[in-house]
Amino acid sequence: MNYILKMSLRNLGRNKRRSVLSAFAISVGTALLLFMSATIRGEMRGSLDLTINLRTGHLQIHAEDYKDENMSLKRQDMIEAPLEISNQIDDIPQVKAASPRLNISGIIAYKNETVGVQVLGIDPPSVANAMYKEGLVFGEFLTPDDREGVLIGLPLAESLNLYPGDSIDLILNTSEGDTDEQRFTIRGVYTTNTPGYDKATILMPLEKAQTISRTENFASMIYILLHEMDDTAAVKAAINAPGYIVEDWEELNKLIIIVEQLSNAMMFFFNLMVLGVTSTVIMNTLLMAVYERTREIGILGALGLKGRQIRSLFLIEATLLAIGGVIIGLAIGVPLVLYFSQTGFFIGDVGISANSGFMFGTAIYPYPTIGDVISVSIAALLITILSGYYPASQASKLEPVEALHTNN
Amino acid sequence: MDVAKLTGITRVYKIGEVETHALRGVDLTIGEKEFTTLVGPSGSGKTTLLQLIGCLDMPTSGKVFINNQEATNMNRNQRADLRKGTIGFIFQFFALVPTLTAYENVELPLLLMGEKNHKARVMELMDAVGLSDRVGHRPDQLSGGQQQRVAVARALATNPKMILADEPTANLDSENGTHVMEIMKKLNKETGVTFVFATHDQRVINYATRVVSLADGLITKDENVNGK
Repeated sequence: MNYILKMSLRNLGRNKRRSVLSAFAISVGTALLLFMSATIRGEMRGSLDLTINLRTGHLQIHAEDYKDENMSLKRQDMIEAPLEISNQIDDIPQVKAASPRLNISGIIAYKNETVGVQVLGIDPPSVANAMYKEGLVFGEFLTPDDREGVLIGLPLAESLNLYPGDSIDLILNTSEGDTDEQRFTIRGVYTTNTPGYDKATILMPLEKAQTISRTENFASMIYILLHEMDDTAAVKAAINAPGYIVEDWEELNKLIIIVEQLSNAMMFFFNLMVLGVTSTVIMNTLLMAVYERTREIGILGALGLKGRQIRSLFLIEATLLAIGGVIIGLAIGVPLVLYFSQTGFFIGDVGISANSGFMFGTAIYPYPTIGDVISVSIAALLITILSGYYPASQASKLEPVEALHTNN
Repeated sequence: MDVAKLTGITRVYKIGEVETHALRGVDLTIGEKEFTTLVGPSGSGKTTLLQLIGCLDMPTSGKVFINNQEATNMNRNQRADLRKGTIGFIFQFFALVPTLTAYENVELPLLLMGEKNHKARVMELMDAVGLSDRVGHRPDQLSGGQQQRVAVARALATNPKMILADEPTANLDSENGTHVMEIMKKLNKETGVTFVFATHDQRVINYATRVVSLADGLITKDENVNGK
């Protein structure tokens, strides 16, 4: 073994508690950064997945002037004969489901309470509605010919104390600019574990929604889900819908993508802060070591060790601390992140409305990537080694004759 | 041939506005196989002179030649290289690297010289200082006398021309001090290596063949004596 490496390794054992605490600081920093980056990535990815699955789809066909948030029922903002178009798109092999949807703004009146809601007209048999079917908590799912039934979200049912079989009055906008009111029966209660969405969205068969809103054979959009997200561009190019525009999930979720980029930038500064604290610990440890071993540095200098060799001695100590700390940090952080990526951690209702463009579930599932593990490890290693440079440099500059005359 | 030659040496230390003249114009030549002591009261300049001979420090003025090479023209790294092959050091405190064993301490200068097959040399030296049974001990497992004997072995490892020893017996009891001096004297006779001591320990002076006396930064007497 190289004699400088051997001395560095043994020097770490001189004050075991200090070395362990320093390595522990690096470990905690590494594990924390890994957890934070996986959590932020998981949160943004989860939000994007929910928005795609509940609102935008991977692709969406709509009229040029249609804006989801306006829920316009004007004919020029809508798609005519939507089932014909969606059936054609369903034939594209990469498409998992294509289904028309009609968005109507409305109000629930129940006993003495009224709640503003979005009524979503869906084609009940479509695979596009799997999330609602799988999330059915009480009652039964809708059928296409149901003329009086609706599904409501669990938080809304809980807040109004509604159960399957109960009746509610729905006041809905119509394409004629007025409103219509009708009594509906709750067929079932669903949850997508997205409180902001579930408490404000009522599902109704498309045909009934078209009837009550007087939109006839029109829909707000064709909602398209793909088997693989990577096929988005290819399917978009293959869709033939003259007179309408096709937007993909990136165009429909610009805000989420911008916020994700912002989060990544903030994560960079968070990394700097955590690693800055860690590097201060390492710098302090090594400066103490230089102070305590000043006379020894003088002896080594007298024996003929050059400044760069003395600098190497301390830099190798910093590197060994960094390697040990990062390995322990990964040993703690990776299993922790993998565990929570399976179980998630509960955050409940964060109170963000589905109309904000963001959808948050009740739990965050961290999403670790190999890239995160590599970048966090390299950053922790580099910052630790760099933080050792100043003490190492101080040690290398000590004149043997002065160092020999200290009491340390 | 001269192992060390110093001409017109002055050394001034400046602390703030205060200047201390440690050496005021010293000329000294150290020859091969000498067993020389630099003696004088505290503050006389003997340790400063020893450090200048050892190229650990540079004079304020004057020239230092080691093995006919002018050290005063060299940079820090060149002086480190010069020390490595030419000069061995023994210090008053038992200056061993605490994390290395006795064997590894003696081995260190050889490793610095890039010598790979050195085991026999290290064992020979450990045997010469009577510590062949302590090779695996770390400094804190050795007595003061044993540590200083390891330091002697280390100083001799690279076959230097000259060994400089600053108060080598100051922290040793009478028996250990004598033992260490006996070893150094024996090595001086057997290997011809030059020893230069800075000391005011009469036990060391008794072994010297040359005594250089200093006072107030000047050489006041330089005499050859019949040491033990």
